[in-house]
Amino acid sequence: MTAVFAFYLFAVTLLIGGFLVITSRNPVHSVLWLIVCFFNAAGLFILLGAEFLAMLLVIVYVGAVAVLFLFVVMMLDIDFKALQRGALKNLPLGLAISGIILTEVLLVATGWQAGQGVILHEALAGPPEGMTNTQWIGSQLYTRYFFVFSMSGLLLLASMIGAIVLTHRRRIGNRRQDIAVQNARTPAGTLGVGKAGLGQGVEL
Amino acid sequence: MIGLTHYLAVSAALFVMGVFGIFLNRRNIIIILMALELILLAVNINLVAFSAFLHQVHGQIFAMFVLTVAAGEAAIGLAILVIYFRGRGTVAVDQADLMKG
Repeated sequence: MTAVFAFYLFAVTLLIGGFLVITSRNPVHSVLWLIVCFFNAAGLFILLGAEFLAMLLVIVYVGAVAVLFLFVVMMLDIDFKALQRGALKNLPLGLAISGIILTEVLLVATGWQAGQGVILHEALAGPPEGMTNTQWIGSQLYTRYFFVFSMSGLLLLASMIGAIVLTHRRRIGNRRQDIAVQNARTPAGTLGVGKAGLGQGVEL
Repeated sequence: MIGLTHYLAVSAALFVMGVFGIFLNRRNIIIILMALELILLAVNINLVAFSAFLHQVHGQIFAMFVLTVAAGEAAIGLAILVIYFRGRGTVAVDQADLMKG
């Protein structure tokens, strides 16, 4: 009974949050509703017995991705009012296409049957006896999926390098320290003694 | 009792919400990126639900890879957004093709 109540609580909050993400006038509110969505999805994951993934969702999505969004929204001085002009122009097309996709996906989700030889259980799975969910994932991830795991690490490295290369810039007119130039300077090239005539000043 | 179909229905609704969000905010790329995150979240719910009802762990492992790709995509997308804003002073992407040859 509690599980049913929790499922509907998480699901309804998730969907309301998702709706408010795409309809909020203020993008900061959108990001905050996105965080609500992530928390409720984490709740659904816990109901499904995937605790490790739930915590990962909170750490990675809420802790990194949503905060990154928040940074960008607040860092750039964007005129969001101007962006909303003509937003309703696409509404009929959007409603039509989303309606079609929703109908199709619901048809598949409700009329779907497991293939031959596939056992669908009524009860939710836990990990095998004597294993936690984290151990279960690790026992597969570091053995059978090790290559994919390493490749996902490489993907993160590539995206990190890409993001740095894209956003890095050398500001013009900014006085930066250049150690090679500093070390190459000698007194002969920089120091000079001149005579200043009375009331005439010095030519530099 | 909550069955697999319930989770699939939630996931489908969230997915469609993400698609609809792209249409609704076609000019604002920040909201488009957030809608993409919603879509990937829906995919993750699908994978984890199947993983739970099939008593297999592979769905959860693939959900982790989707999570990785989503994080990388958000970082690159926001980096492109920042340089687009630097050059143009706006994030309206409906005119992003002005410079095509």
